[in-house]
Amino acid sequence: MRFIDEYRRGDVAQKLAEQIARLTARPLKIMEVCGGHTHAIFKYGIEDLLPEQITMIHGPGCPVCVIPLGRVDDSISIALRPGVIFTTFGDMMRVPGSRTNLLDAKAVGADVRMVYSPLDALKIAKNNPGREVVFLALGFETTAPSTAMTVLQAARDGVKNFSVFCNHITIVPALKAMLDSPDLQLDGFIGPGHVSTVIGTRPYEFVAREYGKPVAVSGFEPLDVLQSVYMVVRQATEGRAEVENQYGRCVSRDGNRKALEAIFEVFEPREYFEWRGLGSIAHSGMRLKSKYAAFDAELKFEVPGLRVADPKACQCGEILKGVKKPWECKVFGTACTPETPIGSCMVSSEGACAAYYNYGRLSKIVERSA
Amino acid sequence: MCLAIPGKVVEIVDAENHIAKADVGGVRRNVNIGMFDEGEVTVGDYVLIHVGFAMSKIDEHEAEETLRVLKEIGEYEPEVEQFKTTLQ
Ligand code: SF4
Repeated sequence: MRFIDEYRRGDVAQKLAEQIARLTARPLKIMEVCGGHTHAIFKYGIEDLLPEQITMIHGPGCPVCVIPLGRVDDSISIALRPGVIFTTFGDMMRVPGSRTNLLDAKAVGADVRMVYSPLDALKIAKNNPGREVVFLALGFETTAPSTAMTVLQAARDGVKNFSVFCNHITIVPALKAMLDSPDLQLDGFIGPGHVSTVIGTRPYEFVAREYGKPVAVSGFEPLDVLQSVYMVVRQATEGRAEVENQYGRCVSRDGNRKALEAIFEVFEPREYFEWRGLGSIAHSGMRLKSKYAAFDAELKFEVPGLRVADPKACQCGEILKGVKKPWECKVFGTACTPETPIGSCMVSSEGACAAYYNYGRLSKIVERSA
Repeated sequence: MCLAIPGKVVEIVDAENHIAKADVGGVRRNVNIGMFDEGEVTVGDYVLIHVGFAMSKIDEHEAEETLRVLKEIGEYEPEVEQFKTTLQ
Protein backbone atom coordinates (compact mmCIF):
# COMPACT_ATOMS: atom_id res chain seq x y z
CA MET A 1 0.00 0.00 0.00
CA ARG A 2 2.96 2.28 -0.38
CA PHE A 3 1.37 4.33 -3.14
CA ILE A 4 -1.60 5.29 -1.07
CA ASP A 5 0.04 8.58 -0.03
CA GLU A 6 -0.24 9.78 -3.59
CA TYR A 7 -4.01 9.80 -3.45
CA ARG A 8 -5.74 13.04 -2.72
CA ARG A 9 -7.92 11.24 -0.22
CA GLY A 10 -5.82 8.39 0.95
CA ASP A 11 -8.47 7.38 3.48
CA VAL A 12 -11.09 6.93 0.78
CA ALA A 13 -8.69 5.00 -1.44
CA GLN A 14 -7.84 2.75 1.50
CA LYS A 15 -11.51 2.09 2.24
CA LEU A 16 -12.29 1.34 -1.37
CA ALA A 17 -9.35 -1.02 -1.59
CA GLU A 18 -10.57 -2.85 1.51
CA GLN A 19 -14.09 -3.12 0.18
CA ILE A 20 -12.84 -4.43 -3.13
CA ALA A 21 -10.76 -7.03 -1.31
CA ARG A 22 -13.74 -8.05 0.82
CA LEU A 23 -16.03 -8.38 -2.21
CA THR A 24 -13.64 -10.32 -4.40
CA ALA A 25 -14.69 -13.94 -4.16
CA ARG A 26 -13.00 -15.40 -7.24
CA PRO A 27 -10.32 -14.48 -9.77
CA LEU A 28 -11.50 -11.60 -11.98
CA LYS A 29 -10.01 -10.22 -15.16
CA ILE A 30 -11.04 -6.64 -15.70
CA MET A 31 -10.07 -4.73 -18.83
CA GLU A 32 -9.58 -1.00 -18.80
CA VAL A 33 -10.24 0.00 -22.38
CA CYS A 34 -8.80 3.49 -22.35
CA GLY A 35 -5.10 4.36 -22.57
CA GLY A 36 -5.64 7.28 -20.20
CA HIS A 37 -6.78 4.82 -17.55
CA THR A 38 -3.79 2.59 -18.25
CA HIS A 39 -1.52 5.55 -17.62
CA ALA A 40 -3.29 6.38 -14.34
CA ILE A 41 -3.26 2.74 -13.19
CA PHE A 42 0.53 2.61 -13.52
CA LYS A 43 1.27 6.05 -12.19
CA TYR A 44 -0.80 5.52 -9.06
CA GLY A 45 0.05 1.86 -8.63
CA ILE A 46 -3.63 0.95 -8.58
CA GLU A 47 -2.83 -2.71 -9.19
CA ASP A 48 -0.85 -2.73 -5.95
CA LEU A 49 -4.03 -1.78 -4.09
CA LEU A 50 -6.03 -4.62 -5.56
CA PRO A 51 -6.24 -8.16 -4.24
CA GLU A 52 -4.15 -10.81 -6.00
CA GLN A 53 -7.27 -12.30 -7.53
CA ILE A 54 -7.93 -9.23 -9.66
CA THR A 55 -5.96 -8.85 -12.87
CA MET A 56 -6.17 -5.62 -14.81
CA ILE A 57 -5.92 -6.17 -18.55
CA HIS A 58 -4.75 -3.11 -20.43
CA GLY A 59 -6.92 -2.87 -23.49
CA PRO A 60 -6.61 -1.46 -26.99
CA GLY A 61 -7.76 2.07 -26.17
CA CYS A 62 -4.76 4.03 -27.36
CA PRO A 63 -5.33 5.13 -30.96
CA VAL A 64 -1.65 5.86 -31.53
CA CYS A 65 -0.79 2.34 -30.42
CA VAL A 66 -3.19 0.57 -32.76
CA ILE A 67 -2.48 2.42 -36.00
CA PRO A 68 -1.09 -0.22 -38.37
CA LEU A 69 2.30 -0.01 -40.08
CA GLY A 70 0.70 0.30 -43.51
CA ARG A 71 -1.18 3.46 -42.54
CA VAL A 72 2.03 5.03 -41.21
CA ASP A 73 3.71 4.15 -44.51
CA ASP A 74 0.80 5.77 -46.37
CA SER A 75 1.16 8.91 -44.24
CA ILE A 76 4.86 9.09 -45.05
CA SER A 77 4.17 8.65 -48.74
CA ILE A 78 1.71 11.56 -48.70
CA ALA A 79 4.09 13.69 -46.65
CA LEU A 80 6.91 13.13 -49.14
CA ARG A 81 4.89 14.41 -52.12
CA PRO A 82 6.12 17.74 -53.45
CA GLY A 83 3.95 20.67 -52.43
CA VAL A 84 2.32 18.86 -49.50
CA ILE A 85 2.28 20.20 -45.97
CA PHE A 86 1.58 17.20 -43.75
CA THR A 87 0.10 18.01 -40.36
CA THR A 88 -0.20 15.68 -37.38
CA PHE A 89 -0.47 15.48 -33.62
CA GLY A 90 2.97 15.30 -32.04
CA ASP A 91 2.44 11.74 -30.76
CA MET A 92 2.53 10.37 -34.29
CA MET A 93 5.98 11.66 -35.20
CA ARG A 94 7.93 8.69 -33.82
CA VAL A 95 5.43 5.94 -34.51
CA PRO A 96 7.33 3.43 -36.62
CA GLY A 97 6.20 2.55 -40.12
CA SER A 98 7.69 -0.46 -41.86
CA ARG A 99 10.92 1.37 -42.61
CA THR A 100 10.86 4.93 -41.27
CA ASN A 101 8.69 7.32 -39.31
CA LEU A 102 7.38 10.85 -39.92
CA LEU A 103 10.33 12.38 -38.11
CA ASP A 104 12.69 10.70 -40.58
CA ALA A 105 10.54 11.93 -43.46
CA LYS A 106 10.86 15.46 -42.11
CA ALA A 107 14.62 15.06 -41.87
CA VAL A 108 14.84 14.21 -45.54
CA GLY A 109 12.85 17.27 -46.53
CA ALA A 110 9.14 16.50 -46.15
CA ASP A 111 7.19 19.43 -44.74
CA VAL A 112 5.75 17.74 -41.66
CA ARG A 113 4.26 20.02 -39.02
CA MET A 114 2.92 19.23 -35.59
CA VAL A 115 -0.43 20.78 -34.81
CA TYR A 116 -2.46 20.99 -31.65
CA SER A 117 -5.84 20.92 -33.37
CA PRO A 118 -7.30 19.99 -36.78
CA LEU A 119 -8.45 23.60 -36.90
CA ASP A 120 -4.78 24.63 -36.94
CA ALA A 121 -4.25 22.42 -39.99
CA LEU A 122 -7.16 24.17 -41.68
CA LYS A 123 -5.65 27.53 -40.81
CA ILE A 124 -2.33 26.47 -42.37
CA ALA A 125 -4.25 25.56 -45.54
CA LYS A 126 -5.87 28.98 -45.63
CA ASN A 127 -2.49 30.65 -45.16
CA ASN A 128 -0.84 28.55 -47.89
CA PRO A 129 -3.27 28.51 -50.83
CA GLY A 130 -0.58 27.22 -53.20
CA ARG A 131 0.10 24.11 -51.12
CA GLU A 132 -1.88 20.97 -50.33
CA VAL A 133 -2.39 20.62 -46.61
CA VAL A 134 -3.18 17.16 -45.25
CA PHE A 135 -4.22 16.40 -41.68
CA LEU A 136 -3.52 12.96 -40.25
CA ALA A 137 -6.74 12.29 -38.38
CA LEU A 138 -6.79 9.59 -35.76
CA GLY A 139 -8.47 8.78 -32.51
CA PHE A 140 -11.66 7.33 -31.13
CA GLU A 141 -14.97 9.14 -30.84
CA THR A 142 -13.24 11.58 -28.50
CA THR A 143 -11.36 13.15 -31.38
CA ALA A 144 -13.58 12.32 -34.36
CA PRO A 145 -16.07 15.17 -33.75
CA SER A 146 -13.20 17.69 -33.91
CA THR A 147 -12.10 16.35 -37.28
CA ALA A 148 -15.71 16.27 -38.51
CA MET A 149 -16.35 19.85 -37.41
CA THR A 150 -13.12 20.96 -39.09
CA VAL A 151 -14.17 19.32 -42.37
CA LEU A 152 -17.56 21.04 -42.10
CA GLN A 153 -15.81 24.34 -41.50
CA ALA A 154 -13.55 23.78 -44.53
CA ALA A 155 -16.62 23.04 -46.65
CA ARG A 156 -18.38 26.19 -45.42
CA ASP A 157 -15.30 28.31 -46.10
CA GLY A 158 -14.79 26.72 -49.55
CA VAL A 159 -11.20 25.67 -48.77
CA LYS A 160 -9.90 23.58 -51.68
CA ASN A 161 -6.39 22.68 -50.54
CA PHE A 162 -7.25 20.92 -47.29
CA SER A 163 -7.80 17.20 -46.83
CA VAL A 164 -7.88 14.59 -44.13
CA PHE A 165 -6.11 11.23 -44.05
CA CYS A 166 -8.71 9.52 -41.94
CA ASN A 167 -7.75 6.84 -39.41
CA HIS A 168 -10.56 7.35 -36.95
CA ILE A 169 -11.70 4.23 -35.15
CA THR A 170 -14.69 3.36 -33.03
CA ILE A 171 -14.71 1.70 -29.66
CA VAL A 172 -17.71 -0.61 -29.81
CA PRO A 173 -16.49 -2.93 -32.64
CA ALA A 174 -13.17 -3.22 -30.79
CA LEU A 175 -14.98 -4.24 -27.59
CA LYS A 176 -16.99 -6.75 -29.53
CA ALA A 177 -13.81 -8.20 -31.04
CA MET A 178 -12.37 -8.53 -27.53
CA LEU A 179 -15.51 -10.23 -26.27
CA ASP A 180 -15.56 -12.64 -29.20
CA SER A 181 -11.87 -13.49 -28.94
CA PRO A 182 -11.57 -17.11 -27.74
CA ASP A 183 -8.23 -16.59 -25.99
CA LEU A 184 -9.56 -13.78 -23.90
CA GLN A 185 -11.90 -14.42 -20.99
CA LEU A 186 -12.86 -11.15 -19.39
CA ASP A 187 -15.10 -10.62 -16.39
CA GLY A 188 -15.81 -6.94 -16.82
CA PHE A 189 -14.80 -3.61 -18.29
CA ILE A 190 -13.77 -0.16 -17.13
CA GLY A 191 -15.31 1.98 -19.87
CA PRO A 192 -13.54 5.01 -21.33
CA GLY A 193 -14.35 8.48 -20.02
CA HIS A 194 -13.82 10.97 -22.81
CA VAL A 195 -15.13 8.65 -25.53
CA SER A 196 -18.28 8.23 -23.47
CA THR A 197 -18.69 11.99 -23.11
CA VAL A 198 -19.36 11.85 -26.85
CA ILE A 199 -21.17 8.53 -27.37
CA GLY A 200 -22.85 8.18 -23.95
CA THR A 201 -23.22 4.93 -22.03
CA ARG A 202 -25.99 3.43 -24.17
CA PRO A 203 -23.62 1.87 -26.77
CA TYR A 204 -22.11 -0.38 -24.06
CA GLU A 205 -25.41 -1.84 -22.99
CA PHE A 206 -24.98 -4.82 -25.34
CA VAL A 207 -21.94 -5.85 -23.28
CA ALA A 208 -24.16 -6.35 -20.25
CA ARG A 209 -27.22 -7.58 -22.12
CA GLU A 210 -25.69 -9.94 -24.68
CA TYR A 211 -22.46 -10.96 -23.01
CA GLY A 212 -23.49 -10.69 -19.38
CA LYS A 213 -20.42 -8.65 -18.42
CA PRO A 214 -20.40 -5.67 -16.05
CA VAL A 215 -19.24 -2.26 -17.27
CA ALA A 216 -18.37 0.87 -15.30
CA VAL A 217 -17.63 4.05 -17.27
CA SER A 218 -14.88 5.85 -15.39
CA GLY A 219 -13.30 9.24 -14.86
CA PHE A 220 -9.53 9.73 -14.82
CA GLU A 221 -8.66 10.50 -11.25
CA PRO A 222 -7.13 7.56 -9.43
CA LEU A 223 -10.09 7.45 -7.07
CA ASP A 224 -12.43 7.32 -10.07
CA VAL A 225 -10.65 4.29 -11.43
CA LEU A 226 -10.61 2.57 -8.06
CA GLN A 227 -14.30 3.25 -7.59
CA SER A 228 -15.03 1.86 -11.03
CA VAL A 229 -13.12 -1.31 -10.23
CA TYR A 230 -15.26 -1.54 -7.09
CA MET A 231 -18.44 -1.19 -9.18
CA VAL A 232 -17.40 -3.96 -11.55
CA VAL A 233 -16.36 -6.28 -8.74
CA ARG A 234 -19.61 -5.66 -6.89
CA GLN A 235 -21.65 -6.47 -9.98
CA ALA A 236 -19.63 -9.61 -10.65
CA THR A 237 -20.02 -10.78 -7.06
CA GLU A 238 -23.73 -10.06 -6.96
CA GLY A 239 -24.20 -11.74 -10.33
CA ARG A 240 -25.41 -8.56 -12.02
CA ALA A 241 -24.37 -7.20 -15.41
CA GLU A 242 -25.18 -3.56 -16.05
CA VAL A 243 -23.60 -0.42 -17.37
CA GLU A 244 -22.85 1.80 -14.41
CA ASN A 245 -21.73 5.36 -14.83
CA GLN A 246 -19.03 6.41 -12.40
CA TYR A 247 -18.24 9.52 -14.49
CA GLY A 248 -21.74 10.99 -14.34
CA ARG A 249 -20.32 14.46 -13.98
CA CYS A 250 -19.30 14.40 -17.66
CA VAL A 251 -21.11 11.44 -19.21
CA SER A 252 -24.80 10.95 -19.95
CA ARG A 253 -26.64 7.93 -21.35
CA ASP A 254 -27.09 9.54 -24.75
CA GLY A 255 -23.80 11.39 -25.12
CA ASN A 256 -23.22 14.70 -26.83
CA ARG A 257 -25.82 15.25 -29.53
CA LYS A 258 -23.94 17.88 -31.49
CA ALA A 259 -20.71 15.90 -31.53
CA LEU A 260 -22.55 12.79 -32.72
CA GLU A 261 -24.38 14.76 -35.40
CA ALA A 262 -21.07 16.02 -36.76
CA ILE A 263 -19.64 12.48 -36.82
CA PHE A 264 -22.66 11.06 -38.66
CA GLU A 265 -22.74 13.94 -41.12
CA VAL A 266 -19.12 13.55 -42.20
CA PHE A 267 -18.10 9.93 -41.60
CA GLU A 268 -19.33 6.44 -42.43
CA PRO A 269 -18.01 3.09 -41.25
CA ARG A 270 -15.46 1.21 -43.34
CA GLU A 271 -16.14 -2.47 -43.98
CA TYR A 272 -12.88 -3.34 -42.28
CA PHE A 273 -10.07 -1.53 -40.60
CA GLU A 274 -6.74 -2.95 -39.59
CA TRP A 275 -5.56 -2.56 -35.98
CA ARG A 276 -1.93 -3.03 -35.16
CA GLY A 277 -1.52 -6.21 -33.21
CA LEU A 278 -5.18 -7.13 -33.47
CA GLY A 279 -5.73 -7.56 -37.19
CA SER A 280 -8.76 -6.55 -39.16
CA ILE A 281 -11.94 -5.60 -37.26
CA ALA A 282 -15.23 -5.19 -39.11
CA HIS A 283 -16.81 -1.72 -39.10
CA SER A 284 -14.20 -0.42 -36.69
CA GLY A 285 -12.83 2.37 -38.86
CA MET A 286 -14.40 5.53 -40.26
CA ARG A 287 -13.93 7.20 -43.62
CA LEU A 288 -15.30 10.37 -45.13
CA LYS A 289 -18.68 10.11 -46.83
CA SER A 290 -18.64 10.63 -50.61
CA LYS A 291 -20.34 13.96 -50.02
CA TYR A 292 -17.05 15.14 -48.53
CA ALA A 293 -14.80 13.31 -51.01
CA ALA A 294 -13.07 16.57 -51.88
CA PHE A 295 -11.56 16.52 -48.37
CA ASP A 296 -10.49 12.87 -48.44
CA ALA A 297 -6.72 12.57 -48.79
CA GLU A 298 -7.05 8.90 -49.73
CA LEU A 299 -8.91 9.94 -52.87
CA LYS A 300 -6.89 13.06 -53.55
CA PHE A 301 -3.52 11.30 -53.44
CA GLU A 302 -2.67 7.80 -54.43
CA VAL A 303 -1.48 5.96 -51.36
CA PRO A 304 0.27 2.60 -51.49
CA GLY A 305 -2.40 1.16 -49.18
CA LEU A 306 -0.36 -1.94 -48.45
CA ARG A 307 -1.01 -4.22 -45.54
CA VAL A 308 2.25 -4.72 -43.71
CA ALA A 309 2.71 -7.46 -41.15
CA ASP A 310 3.64 -6.38 -37.63
CA PRO A 311 7.34 -6.81 -36.76
CA LYS A 312 8.08 -10.36 -35.68
CA ALA A 313 9.69 -9.48 -32.39
CA CYS A 314 6.74 -7.39 -31.30
CA GLN A 315 4.03 -8.87 -29.18
CA CYS A 316 1.79 -5.82 -29.12
CA GLY A 317 -1.16 -7.96 -30.20
CA GLU A 318 -0.86 -10.20 -27.17
CA ILE A 319 -0.30 -7.14 -24.98
CA LEU A 320 -3.36 -5.33 -26.32
CA LYS A 321 -5.48 -8.40 -25.76
CA GLY A 322 -4.00 -8.77 -22.32
CA VAL A 323 -2.85 -12.30 -23.07
CA LYS A 324 0.73 -11.31 -22.27
CA LYS A 325 2.26 -8.71 -20.01
CA PRO A 326 4.81 -6.25 -21.42
CA TRP A 327 7.74 -7.74 -19.51
CA GLU A 328 7.06 -11.06 -21.18
CA CYS A 329 8.04 -9.56 -24.54
CA LYS A 330 11.64 -10.52 -25.33
CA VAL A 331 12.67 -7.05 -26.49
CA PHE A 332 10.89 -5.09 -23.74
CA GLY A 333 13.28 -2.57 -22.19
CA THR A 334 16.22 -3.81 -24.26
CA ALA A 335 15.75 -3.32 -28.00
CA CYS A 336 12.35 -1.69 -27.41
CA THR A 337 12.28 1.47 -25.30
CA PRO A 338 10.34 4.76 -25.59
CA GLU A 339 13.39 6.25 -27.37
CA THR A 340 13.67 3.38 -29.84
CA PRO A 341 10.21 1.84 -29.98
CA ILE A 342 9.74 -1.33 -31.99
CA GLY A 343 6.08 -1.70 -31.25
CA SER A 344 3.51 1.01 -30.93
CA CYS A 345 2.61 0.10 -27.33
CA MET A 346 5.96 1.64 -26.45
CA VAL A 347 5.44 4.91 -28.35
CA SER A 348 2.63 6.70 -26.64
CA SER A 349 2.67 7.29 -22.90
CA GLU A 350 -0.79 5.73 -22.94
CA GLY A 351 0.52 2.43 -24.28
CA ALA A 352 0.87 -0.44 -21.82
CA CYS A 353 4.55 -1.11 -22.57
CA ALA A 354 5.53 2.56 -22.19
CA ALA A 355 3.55 2.78 -18.97
CA TYR A 356 5.30 -0.28 -17.54
CA TYR A 357 8.62 1.08 -18.69
CA ASN A 358 8.13 4.62 -17.36
CA TYR A 359 6.70 3.76 -14.00
CA GLY A 360 8.71 0.55 -13.65
CA ARG A 361 6.45 -1.34 -11.35
CA LEU A 362 9.43 -3.58 -11.14
CA SER A 363 8.60 -5.27 -7.87
CA LYS A 364 5.61 -6.81 -9.55
CA ILE A 365 7.58 -7.75 -12.62
CA VAL A 366 10.30 -9.47 -10.63
CA GLU A 367 7.82 -11.11 -8.32
CA ARG A 368 5.67 -12.48 -11.11
CA SER A 369 8.42 -13.66 -13.39
CA ALA A 370 10.27 -15.35 -10.55
CA MET B 1 -3.21 12.46 -27.45
CA CYS B 2 -6.50 11.57 -25.85
CA LEU B 3 -6.06 13.97 -23.00
CA ALA B 4 -8.32 16.86 -22.22
CA ILE B 5 -7.18 19.84 -20.21
CA PRO B 6 -9.41 22.11 -18.15
CA GLY B 7 -9.70 25.75 -19.11
CA LYS B 8 -11.77 28.70 -17.95
CA VAL B 9 -13.89 30.50 -20.52
CA VAL B 10 -12.93 34.17 -20.38
CA GLU B 11 -14.72 35.52 -23.44
CA ILE B 12 -17.26 34.51 -26.06
CA VAL B 13 -15.40 35.73 -29.13
CA ASP B 14 -17.83 34.82 -31.89
CA ALA B 15 -21.06 33.07 -30.92
CA GLU B 16 -22.10 32.45 -34.51
CA ASN B 17 -18.89 30.60 -35.34
CA HIS B 18 -18.73 28.94 -31.89
CA ILE B 19 -15.49 30.56 -30.80
CA ALA B 20 -14.65 31.30 -27.19
CA LYS B 21 -11.43 32.30 -25.52
CA ALA B 22 -10.19 30.00 -22.78
CA ASP B 23 -7.49 30.41 -20.17
CA VAL B 24 -5.34 27.35 -19.52
CA GLY B 25 -2.66 27.93 -16.90
CA GLY B 26 -2.45 31.62 -17.84
CA VAL B 27 -2.31 30.90 -21.58
CA ARG B 28 -5.28 32.33 -23.48
CA ARG B 29 -6.31 30.89 -26.82
CA ASN B 30 -9.45 30.49 -28.86
CA VAL B 31 -11.29 27.21 -28.56
CA ASN B 32 -14.27 25.87 -30.46
CA ILE B 33 -17.53 25.49 -28.52
CA GLY B 34 -19.50 23.92 -31.37
CA MET B 35 -20.28 20.82 -29.29
CA PHE B 36 -22.58 22.90 -27.11
CA ASP B 37 -25.91 24.54 -27.80
CA GLU B 38 -25.89 28.26 -28.15
CA GLY B 39 -25.72 30.00 -24.79
CA GLU B 40 -24.82 26.76 -22.98
CA VAL B 41 -21.26 27.92 -22.36
CA THR B 42 -20.78 31.31 -20.75
CA VAL B 43 -17.93 33.38 -19.39
CA GLY B 44 -16.65 31.92 -16.12
CA ASP B 45 -17.47 28.32 -17.02
CA TYR B 46 -14.83 25.61 -16.83
CA VAL B 47 -14.58 23.27 -19.79
CA LEU B 48 -12.47 20.24 -20.71
CA ILE B 49 -10.56 21.08 -23.88
CA HIS B 50 -9.43 18.40 -26.31
CA VAL B 51 -7.52 19.29 -29.51
CA GLY B 52 -8.95 22.80 -29.55
CA PHE B 53 -12.57 21.86 -28.85
CA ALA B 54 -14.43 22.22 -25.58
CA MET B 55 -15.92 18.79 -24.82
CA SER B 56 -17.75 19.06 -21.56
CA LYS B 57 -18.50 21.52 -18.84
CA ILE B 58 -17.05 20.79 -15.43
CA ASP B 59 -17.12 22.60 -12.10
CA GLU B 60 -14.20 24.47 -10.61
CA HIS B 61 -13.35 21.73 -8.15
CA GLU B 62 -13.27 19.12 -10.90
CA ALA B 63 -11.07 21.42 -12.97
CA GLU B 64 -8.58 21.70 -10.10
CA GLU B 65 -8.52 17.96 -9.53
CA THR B 66 -8.00 17.25 -13.21
CA LEU B 67 -5.13 19.73 -13.33
CA ARG B 68 -3.58 18.06 -10.33
CA VAL B 69 -3.75 14.63 -11.94
CA LEU B 70 -2.34 15.95 -15.22
CA LYS B 71 0.54 17.49 -13.31
CA GLU B 72 1.21 14.31 -11.40
CA ILE B 73 1.29 12.11 -14.46
CA GLY B 74 3.60 14.61 -16.14
CA GLU B 75 1.18 15.55 -18.90
CA TYR B 76 0.34 19.09 -17.81
CA GLU B 77 3.37 20.93 -19.18
CA PRO B 78 3.38 19.22 -22.59
CA GLU B 79 -0.37 19.78 -22.93
CA VAL B 80 -0.08 23.51 -22.10
CA GLU B 81 2.92 23.80 -24.43
CA GLN B 82 0.83 22.35 -27.23
CA PHE B 83 -2.13 24.54 -26.37
CA LYS B 84 0.23 27.51 -26.65
CA THR B 85 1.08 26.63 -30.24
CA THR B 86 -2.48 26.74 -31.52
CA LEU B 87 -3.03 29.16 -34.34
CA GLN B 88 -6.60 29.91 -33.27
S1 SF4 C 1 7.93 -4.18 -25.61
FE1 SF4 C 1 7.93 -3.18 -27.62
S2 SF4 C 1 8.03 -4.84 -29.06
FE2 SF4 C 1 7.45 -5.75 -27.12
S3 SF4 C 1 5.19 -5.77 -27.17
FE3 SF4 C 1 5.79 -3.86 -26.19
S4 SF4 C 1 5.87 -2.37 -27.84
FE4 SF4 C 1 5.84 -4.40 -28.81
